Amino acid sequence: MTAGAAIAWGLRRDLALAMRSRAEIAIVLVFFVLVTSLFPLGLEPDPVLLAKIAPGIAWVAALLASLLGLPRLFAADHADGSLEQLALAPAPLPALVAGKVFAHWVATSLPLVLLAPLAGIQFGLEPGAIGILAATLLLGTPVLAWLGAIGAALTLGARGGAALLALLVLPLAVPVLVFGAGAVESSRAGLGAQAHLSLLGAGAILSVVFGPFVTALAVRISFE
Amino acid sequence: MASGLFRFSSPASFFPLAGRLVPVFGWLAALLALAGLYIGFVVAPTDFQQGESYRIIFIHVPAAWMAMFTYLVIAGWSAASFIWNTRLSAMMAQALAPTGAMFAFVSLWSGAFWGRPTWGTYWVWDARLTSTLILLFLYLGLMALRSAIEDPRRADRACAVLALVGSVNVPIIYFSVQWWNTLHQGASVSLTTAPKMAETMLAGMLVMGLAAWAYTIAASLHRVRSIILEREGHTRWAQELMR
Amino acid sequence: MIEWLSMGGYAYYVWMSYGMLAIAIIVELFSLSARRRRALELVAQTGEEANFAEEAT
Repeated sequence: MTAGAAIAWGLRRDLALAMRSRAEIAIVLVFFVLVTSLFPLGLEPDPVLLAKIAPGIAWVAALLASLLGLPRLFAADHADGSLEQLALAPAPLPALVAGKVFAHWVATSLPLVLLAPLAGIQFGLEPGAIGILAATLLLGTPVLAWLGAIGAALTLGARGGAALLALLVLPLAVPVLVFGAGAVESSRAGLGAQAHLSLLGAGAILSVVFGPFVTALAVRISFE
Repeated sequence: MASGLFRFSSPASFFPLAGRLVPVFGWLAALLALAGLYIGFVVAPTDFQQGESYRIIFIHVPAAWMAMFTYLVIAGWSAASFIWNTRLSAMMAQALAPTGAMFAFVSLWSGAFWGRPTWGTYWVWDARLTSTLILLFLYLGLMALRSAIEDPRRADRACAVLALVGSVNVPIIYFSVQWWNTLHQGASVSLTTAPKMAETMLAGMLVMGLAAWAYTIAASLHRVRSIILEREGHTRWAQELMR
Repeated sequence: MIEWLSMGGYAYYVWMSYGMLAIAIIVELFSLSARRRRALELVAQTGEEANFAEEAT
């Protein structure tokens, strides 16, 4: 099987699986909105303050939501043995993994990009800033997806669960958080977000190029 | 030459070698530390602005250096374990992590106690302290992953991947934190703009840095010997040791 | 001597820092020795089990 066909196969399969567990995915999105809603309740609903902290909060919520969705990526396949079958298949594993992660991103992260305006409105962000926020999520979530995929593959069948995954992934995700939230703050300050968005874009490209191979390696390691 | 060094790449042959090296580096560390402390407390003058509190720098900076350097060494051993498929390389990576984490923690703690008298708060979100905090999390992640995986060889390879991914990220993390820090220059404090270095101050830091390096070697060689025993205990040479 | 210990009034900060380093090193040294002891016990135990297995055959 060629790489392209393998990617398409993985993508189609996992999207179909995702359609069947719509509720599971919806919960992740509800979690995002819930977390962003908690902050004004914990602070004061001062409009100036909220607009200022909105980018950081939206991004932290996105980080946490992406963590929540991660076990879905490999756990089910690992449990019923189909992941091992994939590893042994004649198709290139990095390509199969790329299809899976792409499907995962479409199902769990793309909706976040669409939900960003909701968070923006909750916090009183200006339309321009909301647009930048959505753009940063669009560019940054692929990086999160690949960092998460590597983490999920490394921790397959290991003790420690979600907390271990969070410990592994969150420190590595700090640059994405810094540039993602920083882009919105920078645009609100009138300084433009091009540099931030370019860096996020570069990160997205690097993660898409290298992620599949590192993740495939991590998956193979978990079968030794 | 290659075969000469590779002679020691089996745990069995490295074990006695490491045993001979531990006291050498241990004593070296102690002597260097004494020399460094002498320079730091006796030779180096009092700082004009910070008084005696700046003397914390003689452990804060070397600890931060060692935490950073040790992580890179762990990445190096991890790469070696993939390239040459040697158990011992992975064991060395495993042995270095706790000491690296210790230095990261000490760097953060001493940074807090330096920040308090100098800038009024125990925690300063400057680029180096924040990066060191993230580095501590990276170390804890390595150690947590190690203990979460039962099979030692699988743990070796998983931790190696994590260490290599982490090491690629460390410069990116540092760069992003620098950027973030310069943006928020409201708090225009930075532990990197420390007192203008008198030569003696620099010398003190360097000697303490060497002491920390020697200590790390001694501690990790001692630890790797225990790791070798834990993992190779069933072999004949290990059983012979008990006689 | 007392004057030196007081570190120009910064005694608390200086000695809390150096003190933590000393504690950390001492803790690490104890941990290293404990790990060695446990490892040797493990090796001895493995040897006994192997002997029992041999005798049983």
